[in-house]
Amino acid sequence: MMTEISLNILDIAQNSVSAHATLIEITVQIAQSLNLLQVEIKDNGCGMTEEEAVKAQDPFYTTRTTRKVGLGIPFFKQAALSCGGDFHMESEPGKGTKVYASFQLTHIDRMPLGDMNSTLYSLITFHPSIDFVYTYRVDDKSFVLDTREMRSLLHNVPLNNPEVTVFLKNFLMENHEEANEGIYF
Amino acid sequence: MKTLEELQAIREKMQGQIGLRSETASQTRVVVGMATCGIASGARPVLTALSNAVQEKNLTNIAVVQTGCIGLCQYEPIVEVFAPGKEKVTYVKMTPEKALEVLEQHLLGGKVVDKYTISSEGRI
Repeated sequence: MMTEISLNILDIAQNSVSAHATLIEITVQIAQSLNLLQVEIKDNGCGMTEEEAVKAQDPFYTTRTTRKVGLGIPFFKQAALSCGGDFHMESEPGKGTKVYASFQLTHIDRMPLGDMNSTLYSLITFHPSIDFVYTYRVDDKSFVLDTREMRSLLHNVPLNNPEVTVFLKNFLMENHEEANEGIYF
Repeated sequence: MKTLEELQAIREKMQGQIGLRSETASQTRVVVGMATCGIASGARPVLTALSNAVQEKNLTNIAVVQTGCIGLCQYEPIVEVFAPGKEKVTYVKMTPEKALEVLEQHLLGGKVVDKYTISSEGRI
């Protein structure tokens, strides 16, 4: 099991990287009035057939060749279902994959959202050629980080340039803090 | 809300300096396993600790990179060091603290930290 939802997100996004995605969209939405935390990870990678998408939710299926189990998606699904949430996946070969999980915000078994800053930071700085769109929303407060926008401002300065990564870290930290308004999810 | 405006200034500052950090044959590669097994056992803080330290010390001859499952999940988090012309060194059961020790002693000091290598587990 993962100890944080943010680690699940990192793990699922790594699948998108392996699927040769060029754009990965990550959305985290918290609605306190609905007692809901929703996560969506959408990519434009190689996708899967319907049959493969169903199989991917089975721990005893994997496309990798090093061993016969694959736990990333089953972990995420279990985490969501064990706190009264939902989980589904849509995929189409050649088009990409969308993974959705929701959690009851106040469920006793819901793990903390965790360090989303680190998840986004490592995804963006270690995959400088992939674009990410990250949306974080708490009730009516939200912010969006779109690396395509960053690129157009930066021209040929790469996203893993040390100055840029420092900026990125602060950007994520400050905007999360502002959206959270002092609540730790 | 913090905006992207600052990037404009970074761009102006960085113009003309690009390409200085490109990878060369003399570069040491530090590889962190980041598959489900690695992430679940704590690879993310190890990776960030290493990359932050490399950045802070401005070590342009060291490249910290990610990889998938290395195949020794019970030993995760795993950090592999590929120094040019030397044999690969595999560090197992890493923590951010141990990783920084490896950075100091092995990557900067040139001395392999034997107690954290996979052979110290007595199985390989």
